[in-house]
Formats: sequence, structure tokens, C-alpha cells
Amino acid sequence: MPELTRREFLKLGAGGAAGIAVVGNPLGFDLKAAKKRQIESRITGAKESKSICPYCAVGCALIAYTKQVNGKTEILQIEGDPDSPVNEGRLCPKGASAMQLATSSRRVEHPMYRAPGSTKWEVKDWDFVLDKIAQNIKASRDNTFVAQDASGNVVNRTEGIAFAGGAAFSSEEGYFATKVMRGLGVVHLEQQARV
Amino acid sequence: MTNHWRDIKHADLILINGANPAEAHPVGFQWFVKAKLDPTKGPGAGGGAKMVHADPRFTRTSALADTYLRIRTGTDVAYFGGLINYVLQNDLYHADYVKNYTNASFIVREGYDFKDGLFSGYNAATRSYDISTWAYETEGDPLSGPPGATQARAKRDMTLEHPRSVFQLLKKHFSRYTPQMVSSITGIPILDFMSVARMVGEMGKPDKVMTIVYAVGLTHHTTGGQLIRSGALLQLLLGNMGRPGGGMNAERGHANIQGNTDHAISWEILPGYLRIPAPGQKNLDQYVQASAPKRSDPNSWNFFGINYRNFMVSLLKGWYGDAAKKENEYAFDFIPKPGTNSSWMSIYDQALKGKMEGVMLSGMTATSIGPDSNQVLQGLAKLKWLVVMDALPTTSSEFWRAPGMEGAKINTEVFLLPATHWIEKDGSFVNSGRWSQWKEQVVPPEGDARHDHWILAELFDRVKTLYRQQGGKFTDPIMALTLNYKDPKKPELDEIAKEINGKNLTTGSQMTSFALLKDDGTTTAGDWIYTGSYPDAGNLMKRRKGIQDPKANDPTGMGFYHEWAWSWPLNRRVMYNRASADLDGKPWDPNRPGIQWNGTAWTGDVPDYPANMNPKDPAAWLPFIMNGEGVGRLFSNSMLDGPIPEHYEPYEAPIPNPLHPNVSEDPVAFLYDQAAGRPNRFGKVDKYPYVATSYRLTEHEHYVTQHVPLLVGLQPQAFVEIPQELADEKGIKSGDRVRVSSERGKLEVSALVTKRLGPITLAGNKKVYQIGIPIHWGFVGVSADQNPEKSKYWLANALTPMVGDVGARTPEFKAFLVNIEKF
Repeated sequence: MPELTRREFLKLGAGGAAGIAVVGNPLGFDLKAAKKRQIESRITGAKESKSICPYCAVGCALIAYTKQVNGKTEILQIEGDPDSPVNEGRLCPKGASAMQLATSSRRVEHPMYRAPGSTKWEVKDWDFVLDKIAQNIKASRDNTFVAQDASGNVVNRTEGIAFAGGAAFSSEEGYFATKVMRGLGVVHLEQQARV
Repeated sequence: MTNHWRDIKHADLILINGANPAEAHPVGFQWFVKAKLDPTKGPGAGGGAKMVHADPRFTRTSALADTYLRIRTGTDVAYFGGLINYVLQNDLYHADYVKNYTNASFIVREGYDFKDGLFSGYNAATRSYDISTWAYETEGDPLSGPPGATQARAKRDMTLEHPRSVFQLLKKHFSRYTPQMVSSITGIPILDFMSVARMVGEMGKPDKVMTIVYAVGLTHHTTGGQLIRSGALLQLLLGNMGRPGGGMNAERGHANIQGNTDHAISWEILPGYLRIPAPGQKNLDQYVQASAPKRSDPNSWNFFGINYRNFMVSLLKGWYGDAAKKENEYAFDFIPKPGTNSSWMSIYDQALKGKMEGVMLSGMTATSIGPDSNQVLQGLAKLKWLVVMDALPTTSSEFWRAPGMEGAKINTEVFLLPATHWIEKDGSFVNSGRWSQWKEQVVPPEGDARHDHWILAELFDRVKTLYRQQGGKFTDPIMALTLNYKDPKKPELDEIAKEINGKNLTTGSQMTSFALLKDDGTTTAGDWIYTGSYPDAGNLMKRRKGIQDPKANDPTGMGFYHEWAWSWPLNRRVMYNRASADLDGKPWDPNRPGIQWNGTAWTGDVPDYPANMNPKDPAAWLPFIMNGEGVGRLFSNSMLDGPIPEHYEPYEAPIPNPLHPNVSEDPVAFLYDQAAGRPNRFGKVDKYPYVATSYRLTEHEHYVTQHVPLLVGLQPQAFVEIPQELADEKGIKSGDRVRVSSERGKLEVSALVTKRLGPITLAGNKKVYQIGIPIHWGFVGVSADQNPEKSKYWLANALTPMVGDVGARTPEFKAFLVNIEKF
């Protein structure tokens, strides 16, 4: 008998399982089928979105189930995508708990600012922090920009600003970061590959 | 990875070094297990494989391996060197492959030498090599290509007998790596080593194939680059590169470290691994001549070399639009030209020198990553400003309140910007196997959180406005940078994906192949290796035709699944796959074909070769189309620390190098503190007698999972693993608090006494202990909040040294000396 995939199993539905139950269970009902119905009801009518695990680079495919609750999208469940040639539906403890990362109560809620010499954070709005950082970027760029090096070569580089990041970026965000930083003349550009 | 996760099941033998896939990449590890156990296949066809794990620690990977070798950390060049020597001395290499598909037959110029631990061309004052002595002997008329450059053709001896042929030089070089020598360096008992050597020796037969799998346990050394090369050399000698079930396969640690390397958030490259221009290169001609590979054989296609200029001009045209014109060399001057190494450690080195004003971090925390976290903290305290973009607080956003730091005295202005999680945005993640898999936005951003690229777009817009209002240094690139998005302050990732793919500016169509890119300003490509991922037909990275229908979706049965996502380059699943077939185009092993010639075309995987090039044509290209030689490089002048791998000791080592005690460590590795005139921070074996290495656990990912309660529950607190024998000597029991110290800092954590670690015996009968340090903890996270006192000294990288491989600048996280005491 060919192996039944998890997806095919789900498609068989409750009817098939109940038929077996009459024969197989002296009590006349099948606990397995009941449990399966319970799980199904949780995601019944939910929207199925395709995602990828945010942790290591195996690249396990995920399916996320969401529902609209009071006008807000709520994640009901995240599980491995059984169609993936990479993970075939399997997940490790990190991937299996990805929902807890997605719905963490420890999120940074607002832009935060620590003034020089201060010992505490202050909550700020986006305009405040973006304006200040933009001014810092311009000042540091102008302070440390080298148009020509000591040998007279045109080098057009900003020496005093570094940008590092990206192992959790979508590729397209990463590309955009590279483009913008090189546009500003940044040479200290780095991500997680070396470290 | 040259290959991909699912492909590992095709191997007959799996060598695992510097990696622990069962715990660090558990779901990928299923393919290792399938190679051993798949009952539907037999030996040589994906079942019955053997697995060899060489690691300081007996892990769950070792438990499923057929052979476990306890190896001293940082000595894998000696291990691979010993295997290379065994294969060469016993004529077990794949002779046809070595002769035709590698540079074994190339003659090296007179003057090349290796003596007492030093290659020719060494300059002690500058701690560097003049690599011109590592060149080929040449003859005849120069060959053309890349455009504007010529190169003399290399002399070859197809008998491989010339004493200066690469083959003979290799044989001589590795003859020192006898089983005795391997054992005295690595600590692997001779008999155990020999049993593995015999298994490896079988893998040079054309119908056998071996894979080598590694992770940061190989890269995080001062010899990181050469550690990888030593494995690659072995694979070339056995004829295993380019083949299903073969290759050199790096398991990468983060969801999209591959994609963001490809897109060059990396100081030394531009997208698609084009080199960043260097000072003194005045125009594109000079840039291409200095950067592009050059042909050294008439049958070498040198595809990368001849297209280098097309790729670069298409990038510049994409970035600078109408401002990139023929007259201004397509705005070549807009690209910054670094004067010195500007990699990770260099950032904090510059900060310590007071030369770095501002640092922006996203999804990376410098404090925890280190190396030498205490110096990193000092560096951060010297910045004028620090921006952390993250969904959760990090040890860097909070550095000013780290244990031992006095916030009131730190003048760094710190910003913590709430960024979105992966699930709140779409875009692609590229896995270790180069599969670019698109994900959907599942939920909208939480609260005030913004996407990283929207934060950057906003910042760029505000900086541009300031320059417009106030003027300032060289504003041309800022004003000209293309932002052709519906909303330049909120670019959609779909729009950026199209830009990365590139388009034909004349027809307006998306490009379908990088082979069609031009250097005349009529095409764009943000990253040429992704050209073809997003043609007019749509985004191919979204495809999900997988195992729901293997017959339709994997017609060759080789697991390529060409319509599941998209892999670079050109949706190819196994790189260098021309080398999977013999000279006539027949697969080396008909049971495991990569590509094959059917008389008119290459079939199978997407060929790494012209689709209709008859391999029997005398003018047919050599198999490795991307490099100048056209063949795999057993000898290379592209490394700064030697053309052939050599074992050097870690900078903190328990013994002098048994091969050449007077040149014990890599003589060109970069010593940041020494170069900057800061006090020495290396320790010696008398004060720090134990070898330490660091690693990851299944339940955590770097540092972010310190905020995930379920995972913190599974692995709640910092600990170190100590071998039973050492614990007995020191009177340490599991659960005791211990202090682990290096010359740079200390850890105060719980002890876990284990038989997973044990003593090894090195040269001169010296017994050495290795201890193991998981890296995940610090002063931020659920555990730290619950244990504020206990978690003060939980930063593993407080111990690690700030020294790196000369080329890759990978820090030596994986081998250093410590002391340990109960307190």
C-alpha cells in the first residue's frame, strides 16, 4: 500500500475514520476521530498562508492559519508544510514554537530613546527618532567622508558609519539596505555570514 | 551549499566536520538519516550510506554516525590533509576527473616553495605574502577575455608527472600528513583515522560519491578559509564536486543569511559577488581587469570573467538610472572604495580607536556576537550614536546597562526602533541550498512596528531632504539613487524583487537570464545571480509544486523539484553539474545523474553549461565555466594565506605546531589588538590549560529565542559542558557554579559534567581536555529577567579572541584557551 501523506490523510475526512471506528472500537466511538475533528474545527474556515521558518537556514516551509477576530488578524496555528521537498511537514522545537515568537508579549512596542548619559529609556514617536537619526547620519557622513585618499584616488567613502544586519531580513529588504548604504558611501557593511 | 538538503540522501559516505546537524539543523538532518536508512534504495542509490562525524564533542549527530572521531578543535586541515595524503599515496583519486576537471596538470612557475611553515613570498614586517610567486608557468600567445584584458595561457602536463605540476606539488605538500602526524595534531587515534581513510579511499570510484557537510565549526578559525579548501581539495581529488550526493555543503545558521550574503550586505562585495572596487581603479576597465577571472586555457569559457562588466554596468544602471551614463563610466565613482578591511571585527576596532561615529544594527547583537564582548562593549560606549532595529530588545540596545557598564558615563545616543517580524512581511528567504522561497505576509505589523526597509527608506528620504536643504559632502549618489517604487518611502518587496531580477530598458520586459545582460546601459540587474527569478510571467520564488505530486514535480526522481521556489543560478539545483558527467557527457554514475548529454542537448538538472554544447566537440568548454582555468583549483592564488591548505594552530593552542613549531600559528592572520597598539589579550597554556569551543543548542537560535518562553523552558540557563575526568580532577559536580576565564573575560555559569567530552592525547603524549560552551545567554531575555544576579556573566563571547582569518576575517570563536574553577 502506498504511503499516505499527511495531507491525503486529512482529506479523507471524518467519514472514513468513523466507518473504521464502528468496527475497531467496542465502545462504538473513535477517540482519534474525535480529536481530529477538534483540531479541524480550530482551523476550519481559517486563511492558509505560506511562510518559511525564521530560524536556521534549512528553510522549512510553514503554513500559518489566521482568522479575523474583531477586525484583527489572529494567528491560530503554524505548522510544517507537508508539500515541501525540504522538510516534508516536519519542524524542530524552534520551528514548532514559531507562533510564540510571532505573538511575543515582549515586543518593543514604540520607538525608544536613551539620551547620552541617561540611565533610562524614553518612549518617543517615530518622527522624533527618524529626524534625529537622519541628522546623525548626515553629520557623521559629512564628518568622516573621504572624497580622495592620501594618494589622490577618488574613493567617495563614508568611514564613520557602519551598518550590520540582515540574517532575518527578507532578501529584498537586504538588497535595499545594501543599495541605500552604498548610496550613502558606507564601507563598513556587514551581516551574519562571518560571525 | 553546492548541493541542497534533499540531495544529501544520494551520498554513499557523509563526512561531517565542524557541524552538528542532528541538533543545529535537525530537520535537514533527516536527509542524512535517509541516506543511511531509506529502505527503497540500496547502497549507491541513496540507502546504506555511512556517516563519519569528527567533532570535539559526542553529540546526537555522533550517535547516529557509523564512526565518531574525537578531534581537537581547529585541526581539521590536518584531518583532511591526512585523507588527501592517503588518497594520493595509494592512487585512490578519480584519475579521469583529476586529469581533465582540475588544475592538477597545470605547471606552477619556478620560485614557488613551501618551507618550515612558510610559503614563498612571505614578508614578516607586513605579515603578508607576495602571491605573485604562486602563479602558473605560461607559454604561447596570450588569451583574450575578459574584455580589455589578456592573460598568458598556462602550461599543462597531462601526464601529471612534471615535478612542478600542481599534482606533484600537492603530493609533496601533503606527504607530511602521515597517519602519525594527523594523530599527534588532531588527537584522533591512528587506527580510527585509518578506518575512515579506507572508507574515504573508496569514494574515488566513479560510481561512488561522498559529501562533506560543515558549519561554523570549520569557518570560525584563523584558518577558516583553508579549512574549507582542504575539504574541497579532497572532493576534487575524489571527483565528487558537481555530482548529486557530493559537493561541499555549508549548513548556514540563520533563515536568510544566504540571501543577504548574495545581496552583499558585506563590505567586500556588491550584489552577486562582484568585488567592491578598490582605490586606484579609475574606471570600469581597470575595475574589471583587477576583479574578473582571466582565461588561462583556450578551452576555458570563463563565463564570469567575460560577463563581469555586463553584470557591473547592469547593477550601476539599476542603482543610478539616468545618472549612470557611458560618459561617466555608468557612475562608477558613486560606488565607495574601501581603503582597509571593513568587516565585522573592523567595525568595533574602529570604534575602539574612536573613529566610528554611528552604528546601525538590525537583527544582530554585537555584544553577544563578539568576539571579545567586553571590548565590543567598550567600542559601543565610544560611539556617538547607535541605532538598533529589532522586534525585541537585545544585548546591544541595552548595552549601556550591561553588568559592569555605567550608563551615566556613556555618551552614546541610543535608539531602539520596533521592527516587524518575518511573519508580518512578505519577501524571500534563501536557504542553505540556495533555494529562494517566497513567504507571504501572514499578519499586519504589530502596533507601532515598521518594516526594516521602510525605516531605511524613511531615513534615506530624510537624509536626502537635509542634503537638499543644507548641502554637504558629495551629494550626487544620494540624489541619483533610484527609488522607482509606487511609494519611495514604502517600497513593496515585490517591487524590489522585480528590480533585483532586472529588466531590458529598451523593451521594458523583465530579464530572463543573466547571459542576456549588457554593458551598454540597456539592461539592469540589481543582483545578476537572481536574474531569471522574476520574469514577465511572474515571481518564480512563489512556486510550491513539491512532494504532493512527486511524479509530476520531480520527473527525474533526483529530488530537484524545479518548480518548488527558485534557486540561483538559473534555478540550478546542483552547482558545477557539468562535472557530474564524463568527457562524453555520460553520468559518472548512471544511477545518480546530474545532467547528461542525449546527443543534442543536456538533460536533467538545469545544466551548468551551454544547453546544446556537444561535449565531444574539440572546442567544447571545460567543465567549471565560472573560473579562468575552466577546471577545479587544487592550487589557487586567490587565497591570501597560501595556495595549498596547511595546518596552523589556533592563536591560543595547547601545543606548538608539530609540523613547524617555529611557525606555529597562521603567519598572516589579522591581529586587531596588536595592529592597533592595544595591550595583548591572548592567554598562554600555563595559565589557561584547557581548550574551549563554543556551539549552539537545538532549542535556541543565537540570542533571539531568549524571548521565547517555551524555548527558555526547554533550555533555561547558561551552562558549560565539562568532561567527566576533568570534573573528577577538579571536584566539580553537575549543577555546581563554575567560573570559566580567558585572558579577556569570564563566565559564571552552571557545570554540566558529561562523557560527551573526554581527554585527547596529542604530540609528545600530552593529555588535553576540551570544554564546551553553548553561546545563547546574556543579560537580556526571560531567564536573565528571572535571574538578574546569576545572569551577570552569561556572555559566552566574553571569552573569545578578537583575531581572524586573513581573508574571510572569521573570528576564532571555536578554539581558545580557558581555565575553570568551582566557586
